[in-house]
Parts: sequence; C-alpha cells; structure tokens
Amino acid sequence: MALLRITSPHAHGPMSTQRVMQNVLLATVPGIIVLTHFFGFGTLVNVLFGSIVALLCESLALLLRKRPVGFYLKDCSALVTAFLLCIALPPYAPWWLITIGIASSILLAKQLYGGLGYNPFNPAMAGYVILLISFPVQMTAWAPPRGMGELPGLLEAIKACFLPASFDGITMATPLDIMRQNTGLLMEDLWQQNPQFGRWGGVGWEWANIAFLAGGAWLLYQRIFTWHAPLAMLASLSLLAALFYDGGSSASGGSPLFHLLSGATMFGAFFIVTDPVTSAVSLRGRLIYGALIGVLIYVIRVRGSYPDAVAFAVLIMNFAAPFIDYYTQPRTYGHNKKPEAK
Amino acid sequence: MRKTYDFHGGIHPPENKHQSVRTPIADAGIPPQLTVPLSQHIGAPAHPVVSIGDHVLKGQVIAEARGFVSVPKHAPSSGSVIAIEDRLIAHPSGHLAPCIVIATDGKDEWLQRQIPPDYQALKKTELIDLIRNAGIAGMGGAGFPSSVKLSVKEGTHIETLIINGTECEPYITADDILMRERADQIIEGTKILRHIIAPQETLIGVENNKPEGLAALRAAAEGTGIEIVEFPTKYPSGGEKQLIEIITGKQVPSGGLPSQVGVVCQNLGSAVAIYEAVVLGHPLISRITTVTGESVREPQNFQVLIGTPMRYLLEKAGYEAQKNNRLIMGGPMMGFTVPDSDVPIVKTTNCLLAPTESELPTPPPAQACIRCGLCAEACPVSLLPQQMFWFAQSKELEKLEEHNLFDCIECGACSYACPSNIPLVQYYRASKAEIVHLQHEHEKSEHSRIRFEARQERLDQAADEKEAKRAARKQAAEARAQQADGGAEDPIQAAIERAQAKKAAQQASGASTVSELERLEQAVVTTRKRLDTASTKLDQATAEGSDLVSALQLGVDKTRAKLEVAEQALQEFQQTPTVAPVEDSPTNAAQAAIEKAMAARASEAALSPSEKAQVQLEKLQQRLQKSQDTLARSRENGEDEKVIEALEASVARLTEKISAAQDQRNAGENA
Ligand code: SF4
Ligand code: SF4
Repeated sequence: MALLRITSPHAHGPMSTQRVMQNVLLATVPGIIVLTHFFGFGTLVNVLFGSIVALLCESLALLLRKRPVGFYLKDCSALVTAFLLCIALPPYAPWWLITIGIASSILLAKQLYGGLGYNPFNPAMAGYVILLISFPVQMTAWAPPRGMGELPGLLEAIKACFLPASFDGITMATPLDIMRQNTGLLMEDLWQQNPQFGRWGGVGWEWANIAFLAGGAWLLYQRIFTWHAPLAMLASLSLLAALFYDGGSSASGGSPLFHLLSGATMFGAFFIVTDPVTSAVSLRGRLIYGALIGVLIYVIRVRGSYPDAVAFAVLIMNFAAPFIDYYTQPRTYGHNKKPEAK
Repeated sequence: MRKTYDFHGGIHPPENKHQSVRTPIADAGIPPQLTVPLSQHIGAPAHPVVSIGDHVLKGQVIAEARGFVSVPKHAPSSGSVIAIEDRLIAHPSGHLAPCIVIATDGKDEWLQRQIPPDYQALKKTELIDLIRNAGIAGMGGAGFPSSVKLSVKEGTHIETLIINGTECEPYITADDILMRERADQIIEGTKILRHIIAPQETLIGVENNKPEGLAALRAAAEGTGIEIVEFPTKYPSGGEKQLIEIITGKQVPSGGLPSQVGVVCQNLGSAVAIYEAVVLGHPLISRITTVTGESVREPQNFQVLIGTPMRYLLEKAGYEAQKNNRLIMGGPMMGFTVPDSDVPIVKTTNCLLAPTESELPTPPPAQACIRCGLCAEACPVSLLPQQMFWFAQSKELEKLEEHNLFDCIECGACSYACPSNIPLVQYYRASKAEIVHLQHEHEKSEHSRIRFEARQERLDQAADEKEAKRAARKQAAEARAQQADGGAEDPIQAAIERAQAKKAAQQASGASTVSELERLEQAVVTTRKRLDTASTKLDQATAEGSDLVSALQLGVDKTRAKLEVAEQALQEFQQTPTVAPVEDSPTNAAQAAIEKAMAARASEAALSPSEKAQVQLEKLQQRLQKSQDTLARSRENGEDEKVIEALEASVARLTEKISAAQDQRNAGENA
C-alpha cells in the first residue's frame, strides 16, 4: 500500500456532526410522546409530514446549488429543523401551514445563507415567526389538553392535516395566554378558575416541559452541548419571575415554577438556545446569550402580545450573538498577564 | 502531595500505550548502513569533517557544530564513510538533506573514550560544553539543542527545574519504558541538570497513566530531594507551556521563555542522554524508539542507533507493509507522515507508528462548521479555533493574528474534537506560512525600494558628472577659441572651473559603490543602536511591571524588523557585483518560508541576550564568508579595481565587527 502523506493529527475523536444531530433528534422523542399523550396525534403528524417536506426542500436547494445531495442530507440537519419547528407548531396544523413553515426555514433561513453553519438565525424559529406573523389565527389555535376536551384520534389528526376544511377542532387558550390577559385575579384564584393551569404550568405543558428537560439532560450528559446557555436562560427567567412574582397578586407575572414549566421553556432552553450555529460560541458568551434570552422571554411573555416568546427572544439574540462573541474572547494562554518582576 | 493545576481544554484520546510496554527494551542491532543527517534539529546543520572512504569508529565526530544553535554529529557505529550527499530524511516537508552515509563493519569498535572527571568538579560552562559536544538535542518535539536551553541568561533566577516525563501523546512509551528500566539514570541525569541550573526545586512531572514508571522513579529518587509530581492524564499536558502551568500554575508570557517565570524544562530522554555523556562519556548515538501500530506484529521499544533506516527497525518488530496505510514519525496527534520507510531514525524519533486503515482511518471529507465550540473547549491555549478557521478560509490574515494564531501550538486537539472533521490545524499551518511569507515579501519589497533609490541616486550622480564634464569641455573649447582670438579673457577662472569639474566627476564615479555600502552599513549601525536602546527600555519597563511594556515591545519588534531589512539590504548589496539572486520556485518558497519561520520562532524562543550575541556573531561570520567568496570571485574574474577595493574594505570591516562581537560575547559569558 502506498504510504499516505497527510498532516497531523492522525487520530480523530468519536464525535461527528451526524451523530450530534441524531442525538438531538432522539432527545426530542420523550417530549413528542408526552405532547401526543396530552394533545393527541397532532404533533406526531406534524413531525412526520414536516420531515418529508424538509428532506424535499433540502434536496431541492442542494440540487439548485449544485451540491452533492446525499453527502449533505446525511448530516441530518434538515430533519432537526423539521422536528423542532413541527414540535413548536400547534397540533392539527394544516399541511400548507407546515409546508410554508418548513420551506421558509430550510430555503430562506438556511440555504439562502449558504446552508448549515452559515445561517445567522435559527431556521426553525425563523420559520415559526414567519408563520406567526402571516397566519396568527392558525398559529394560536392550540387544542385543549387531555381531560379538558375530546382528543381527536389518529385518523382525525391526519384528516386535520390534509383536509383542514373538514376538520372541526376545538381550541382553548393556553395558560400563558390566560396569564397575560389576567387583570383582576390573584394567582390563587386564577388557578382555581381555570382548570387548564394544572398543578404548576398547565395540564400537559408541565409534563411536556419535564420531558424536554429530560431529553436535554441526556444531551448534556452526552456532551452534545455545554450547560452554559440553557442554564443561564432558565436562571434568568426564574430570577425575573421571582422578582416580579409580587406575592401572587393580580399584577403578578406568574411564579418561577409556572414559567419554567409552561409554554416552550424547556424545549427552548435545551433544543433552541443550544443550537450551536446561531448562538454565541465562547463559554462566557453563551452564559450572556442564554441569560439575555431568559430576560427577553419573560418580558415578551408578560408584556408582549404573542402566545409564547421563545422564538422572538431567540431571533433577537441571534442578532446579538456575533457581538457577544466579539466581546467575550477568552484570554489566550500567556496574554494580558502582568509579567512577574523578578 | 504537591498541588497541581489544570490547564484549559485538552482531550482524552485513546491511549494505546499498553501494546508496546509488554516487553523490555530490545536492542535493534547494527544495520548494514547508517545514514546520519547533518541537521537533525533546529539550527545550523553540522559541517562534515570526514571524507568518502574514511574509516570511522563508533563515537567519532563526523561533523562539527556550526554555530551556537548547532551540535556535532558522531558515528553511531564503526565502518567506512561511503557517501556524503543529499538523502531523503524524516521531515514534514519530505525534502532531501545532506547526510553522511556509513557502511558499518559490524565490529562496533569504539573510539578511545575519555571518561570525563566528576561533574561536581566541573564548571557550569564546561558541563554545558560537554553536553553540546556529545550532540545532545531535545529528544522530543523540535529537537532543540539541550545546551542552548541550559545556557540560561546570567542573573535569571530559576526557581524550578522540571523534567518532562509526561509523554502525553497516545501510543508512545519511550519515556515510560525508560522510567521503568532506567530510573536510576534518569535521576542521575536530573542531578547533573540540577547541578548546572541550581534551581530551588527540581521536579519530574509524570502523568498518572504510568504507575509502574512512577513507582520506579519514586524509589530511585528517594533521598535525592528530587520530587516526582503526578498529575491527571490529559493531552497535551506534555507541551512545555502546559506542563509549566500544571506544575507551577503560571503561564509563560506569549512569545516569552520559561525562564521568565523562573522555570527551565528538560526532556526525560535528554536527562538520560546527559547522564551517559557526562558520566560515561558516550555521545548521543542511539535512542529509545517505540515501534507500534497494528501493522507491526510485536510492538515494542528499541534501543536503536541514530541513522538506522526505519524499515530495518520496523522489520525487527514484524512489519507488515501491506497493511500499513501511513507511516508516522511521532504520535498520532503531532507526528508527521514520512514519505518512505528508508528514511533514517534521528535524535527526535521517539516513535514509529505504523497503523492500519481501520486503526487510523483516512479522514472523511470535511463537513460544514456548525460552530459547536467543541474545538474551543479542547484548545489548551484558549484560542477560538472556529473563528480562526473562518478567517483562514476567507484569508483575513490580520484577523487571524488578532486572534493570536501564532500562539497556536499545533497540538491538534481542536481537529480531534471537531465533529465536522475539519482539518483545522492544516488551515492554521497554511495561514501561518502565508503570513510569514507575506512579511518576507514585504521586507523584500522594502529592501528593493531602498536599492532602487540608491541606484537612482547613482544614476543622477552620473548624469551630473557627465553634465559637468561637458560643461568643462565646452568652457575649455571656448577658452581655446578666445585664446585663438588673441584676447585671453580669464584663464584663471577657466582653470578653477576645470579643477572643480574634475573633482565632481571623481566624486560621481569612483565613490558611488563605496558610498552606498557605507550608507547601508550606517543604516544597520544606527538601527542596531536604536534597537539596543529600545530593548533596554523594554527590559526596564518589564522589570518594573510598567503598563508601557506592550507599546515598547511593539517598538522593539518594529525596530528589529527594520534592522533585518537593513541588514539584508547590506548583505545583498555586498553580493550583487557577481552573484545574481536565485529565485526559488513559488512552492519551494512557501515551504522554505514555513521552515524558516518555524526555525526562527523556535530559536528566538530560546535565546537569551548573550546567546543572541552568539547568533549575531555567527551571522557576521557567515557574511564574512560570503564577502570573502565574492571578493575571490571578483579577483578571478578580473573585476574593476574599484569594486575589489570596496569588497576588501567590507571584508576588513566585517572582520573588525566579528572580533568586537566575540569580545562582547565573551564578556557576556564571563560576567
Ligand atoms: S469543532 Fe468543528 S464544527 Fe465545531 S465549532 Fe469547531 S470547527 Fe466548527
Ligand atoms: S492546534 Fe492550535 S488551535 Fe487547535 S487546539 Fe491546539 S493550540 Fe488550539
């Protein structure tokens, strides 16, 4: 065998981008199961249909850009985008909503910027925000959780997706909506009058959040990402919630526990904020990045007029990430140290 | 237990060390031919002192050191010299280099050895000379001559002497097996080093993955006051700067020397070589090399003669060439592939790694960077490899320098960790080479600008001279005409003018070469003076811990660059009468730039002012040599007398300078 001439290092670690992405996909499974359990098959159908659309969009873009399709599809990044966006969409979303969302994510937010690694914005969140602004009605139609209304079956879920006109789903305000619109009720009364608040963060929501937390913890354990950004986000969100809890008065924004276990908090913290491409890179930078997202989420949840704030908060901070990186360069070995006078 | 510190980043690649430590060190024997490269280390190559056909004895000097950062070469075994020529050697660039080839006679006859006197009785400088004459160069990494590292600037306070026994690269066990089998010699060698350096404390740093070696060392060090420091295994803890941080918690300033934080580091293998040189009188003619990888049936450590062809050694370990996908000298993280298994073992060959394709697969094509930051987490120097990758791709060289590209130690941790398989280190190496090359180009253009201006001046002068002559002729003609007319207007005035014109003409023609030479030399001298003052100021500022240090450092660097330009201009000017500049082909130039930069960096990194004086002296000597050659050639070619005169003058000046520099260095050494 002719001897290879290549430069060091010759050894390579076990990690591969494909493996990173596959792990992320796997880690969403508990969350999807819980969502399906509480809200029916809607999310599952979203995810399956969205994945197919995503693969088609990605292949199309790669063909147009004259890139090897197989090589790039293998990195699984399109699937990750599809999973994340479809989990965030309301269950029983119509096919065109999903298609527009995925196409925006993959074609506009990702491939137009040059593909994986070059996109300044999180593709899933960019697609989500585009949908939210264009189709606010469909995007805020959340199904009632198990026990609060009838859950459609699998067949009905498929029908809801492909024959949206014939599907007559009931919708229900989410706990976050109610919280934001609350003007006169003490927290305690709010919980009593609205059964969907559940124990802490809303029926279904609390378990979904716990499931995403578990998936995230597993990813952390696998060293797919570092704890810095997600923990900073959860910490700053809790801190603000605690500061403005106001003893549970009617002006309160909700307890820290409510914020941690409601809406897309854990999903955002472990699956969106940790997106390496669009976040800050240095560890200190990630602390700042995560903490600011937490702050924005709280502010938008309590003061804004959108159902959840994760997507907006993340996109805003995507803007800021390069600046954060610029100001948080680590100190290189042997630099900026006063030389010892000897 | 001593407190140790952690350094940022690092990785834990599979160690793969157990394969090669199952058997004791084996003797590789005497191969039929030994190929000794004249340059096995950073610094000037040695100069052969034998000729083809000579019979040499084991341990005989076959090439002498040229310059301070250079060590002599010895015959590894007895036999006859059959060739002195360029051969393929183990070098990242895969280029040819001058070698002395010895056909061994199998008798392994030693030269009459001199057992040196007890080292306790020797002076520090004598010991350093002894080490240098034994040809000892750093046995890991760059192969920096040990004697240079030991010549610490007088007055530098050394707190800690660290013997580096980390051996953090996977696969390699050369130091490990030394610890297990020759702990006594390590300790003896360390004692000699301690005697030379006279530090407050002497430590041997070892990673905790070598329990047997640690135990042996501890037993041998009992009662010597030498402390064995154990710390967690993590690549690259064996990097000199990382080791210093682990043991002392201090960081060597960027671009600085370990001695600035009161530390001197030596390699464990060098300690044993020093013991052999100082106590037994053996020069460095063999070393321990690990032969391992799945393409050899019996991975093990060998005591092998320098110059042994790699193939010979591989075969001793049961080499299966057909399984081997690449042959690596060194470890899998920082080693480099050799072009051919016929290249010789050198002083820095700590390991020959012959992996199979499944063991170290050919890297798959790189994917996009997903900015995951794993590389930054792995970097022991706290760089941002992903940003540097970005800038390297877009060729933003300034940004690269801002991101401290030149602090990268090329350890490969980032590439190892990168999930997208991006060959990051390769990008950094290429960018470094490009930056160095551009600097070189810049200097060159600066220097040709100076030359252009000088030439312009010369031409102007010549034109003036012509004009003056013409005017003089005209005037003379007019005068003659007037005389012919009978009326001598003003002959005195005419004579004066003639004299003036003649003088101008003389100035213009004869003096031009000499004056430019003088001008260039003047430039060198003044710049050098400026550099001296600036350096003194910098030293003061550093000592006082003033904030101005960085500004001053910048000034010093700039002046140094100017000095180099000036020196080069001068040197080239001296060569121009007969020698046309030889242009390298672009690829060679790039390669040469890499090597030059590496060599310059490494040698700069280890020089103290008195050493610098030495280096300066060598430069001068080289220049003298060149000038003399040029002079001789001009004489042969029957050049113009003026040129020869000028050349003679420059030779004389250089000789003067050399003796001045010698005085200076001697003064420095005796101080
Ligand atoms: S490890 Fe590789 S993919 Fe990750 S940030 Fe560094 S260069 Fe990019
Ligand atoms: S090769 Fe350079 S950039 Fe990469 S980890 Fe090592 S020091 Fe850091």
